[in-house]
Amino acid sequence: MSRRAPLSENKKAERKLGWLLCAPAALVMVLVTAYPIIYSVWLSLQRFDLRFPDERKFIGLDNYVTVLSNEFWWTAFGVTMLITVVTVAVELALGMGLALVMHRTLVGRGIVRTAALIPYGIVTVVAAFSWRYAWTPGTGYLANLFDGSAPLTERASSLAIIMLAEIWKTTPFMALLLMAGLALVPEDLLKAASTDGATAWQRFTKVMLPVMKPAILVALLFRTLDAFRVFDNIFVLTNGGNETSSVSMLAYNNLIRGLNLGIGSTMSVLIFITVAIIAFVFVKLFGTAAPGSDDGERR
Amino acid sequence: MADIVLDKVSKSFPDGTVAVQDVDLEIADGEFVILVGPSGCGKSTTLNMIAGLEDISSGELRIGGQRVNDKAPRDRDIAMVFQSYALYPNMTVRENMAFPLRLAKLDKATIDQKVDEAAKVLELTPLLDRKPANLSGGQRQRVAMGRAIVRQPKAFLMDEPLSNLDAKLRVQMRTVVSRLQKKLGTTTVYVTHDQTEAMTLGDRVVIMRGGAIQQVGPPQELYDHPRNLFVAGFIGSPSMNFLHAAVEDGKLRTALGDVPIGDRIRRELEGADAPRELILGIRPEHFEDAELIDDEARARGMEFTAPADIVESMGSDKYVYFTVEGQRASAAELEELAADAGADFSGGGGNLVTRLSAESPVQEGEDRRVWFNLEKIHLFDPSSGRNLTLHEGRSAGTLGD
Repeated sequence: MSRRAPLSENKKAERKLGWLLCAPAALVMVLVTAYPIIYSVWLSLQRFDLRFPDERKFIGLDNYVTVLSNEFWWTAFGVTMLITVVTVAVELALGMGLALVMHRTLVGRGIVRTAALIPYGIVTVVAAFSWRYAWTPGTGYLANLFDGSAPLTERASSLAIIMLAEIWKTTPFMALLLMAGLALVPEDLLKAASTDGATAWQRFTKVMLPVMKPAILVALLFRTLDAFRVFDNIFVLTNGGNETSSVSMLAYNNLIRGLNLGIGSTMSVLIFITVAIIAFVFVKLFGTAAPGSDDGERR
Repeated sequence: MADIVLDKVSKSFPDGTVAVQDVDLEIADGEFVILVGPSGCGKSTTLNMIAGLEDISSGELRIGGQRVNDKAPRDRDIAMVFQSYALYPNMTVRENMAFPLRLAKLDKATIDQKVDEAAKVLELTPLLDRKPANLSGGQRQRVAMGRAIVRQPKAFLMDEPLSNLDAKLRVQMRTVVSRLQKKLGTTTVYVTHDQTEAMTLGDRVVIMRGGAIQQVGPPQELYDHPRNLFVAGFIGSPSMNFLHAAVEDGKLRTALGDVPIGDRIRRELEGADAPRELILGIRPEHFEDAELIDDEARARGMEFTAPADIVESMGSDKYVYFTVEGQRASAAELEELAADAGADFSGGGGNLVTRLSAESPVQEGEDRRVWFNLEKIHLFDPSSGRNLTLHEGRSAGTLGD
């Protein structure tokens, strides 16, 4: 396949049409995303605290030095990474199980799917409140199960509860994306594998997973980016107490509560950069199987 | 290698539909057996039951003398080839073919040697490092075959393996399959809905309809001595001509004239419950231009005159379509066959398809005198579909006694 061959007139015209068709969407994207991004970057390069508006000043990368040498930032970063890695890993495993169940269920398929999707349909904040009440000593049923202890007052147990709430809520979403991937695996392929001598586990690992790879990648990418921006559950459950803040919480606290636009914007930009790196790594790591790349078969 | 025995094997689904009913079939070691029939006749279900991909509701399945009803596909030592090829898209050709061997935990050197060997047989050697997506249909099909043969299994099961190929390639691959099977001598069960494949490939053909076996035999036997109307209509291309025939005064009144009948048929028709209406079946090649018939042959047949509608010259012979007056033959089997062919079975009074010698000077539109061979015609009971001309398994025309 000679990709570098000069384009024919026909191909050129086609490419031009492609750009033209993309243009309106690209334009809207630029208007609604590029402007805020650029504005944040601009703010992050200034000393700008709304409590002291007169001291506004362009200070270059000083804000970045401040944030990156601050232990609160790194604690929050560690917490966020921990939540991201643990929740996404658990969600992938549980979601795959759930997807297989939903895919295989013959009786009451609709009911099973609907039931599985209920957690995802509940507003995160509402769900977070119900988790908080459940873990509140004295009144909460879950807290009472554990002898009325107060898990939300300790760091490790708080983080565990935050992750539990996240997993409970987004596993269905993962399952839904993976189920779409399962539908990509032709029945004949599995039949062929079983006559070729594969056990159920081998069929799963050697045939289903490779065929599903693009779908798994999409699911992982979506969930990782989402998980990294975790906010609502922490806000409601601990409000960042006991060093349970995520980077998003930290940015919010500085930007909205602390009114420090410079530092807050710096954190936002850092979050943006991290998310971009994660996306980049995913796309690179999974190579041609990444969404939007070629058909995945070409070398 | 092994024989395969189906002993009253049935398959019914939870909703009550019966897909396969009491199938008795003994497939000898090394035999090439074709399961053929219209869609929904249970042939694929039967194959899947042999493979272990479908549970057997009742009856027993033995491979190599061993009952395998409850064995998983992986424990039956069979290889299957699918219509969709079912190649693993993430693996190269080499990896695809090595997959069953890797699962069998063979050492790498043996695997490589076996894969190379199979690749050579199927002329896949230059393609070994390609992925299935970069192969043509015929190449994919060969890889699927390769994956089946590397293991030297007890049996090959093939589920319409050539149906996704274009016509020319299908003919080519047919010979590949045939040669391969002869060379390896592995017991093979091959499912197809294409009667040409059935005729050309197998040692024996099993014709199925509605989950039941209609007839089992070598292709030529099924062609010459069909046991019933369904087999007669299914085998052969163009298919057998069917005409309505009324039994009157010891003769058969048909659109081609009064057909005499021999003693044996007459005795059959003398019973009180014997049918008064029959279906007469004649294959296209048993007609001939009356001009080209010598006296000896003339005595064995009958002649009629009819207008020639269409003449298709095939070079080696001519297909001539005649219109004949008279009632149309009707039976459940014929309607089923017509539905499967996706066409109305010969409209109106009936079209007659004949295959005449290339030397015949027949012209479109002219009335032509045509001869047909009485020794080769079949008579069917329209209600049961039974072939009345069949005597001890052989068909001897209407005159037999």
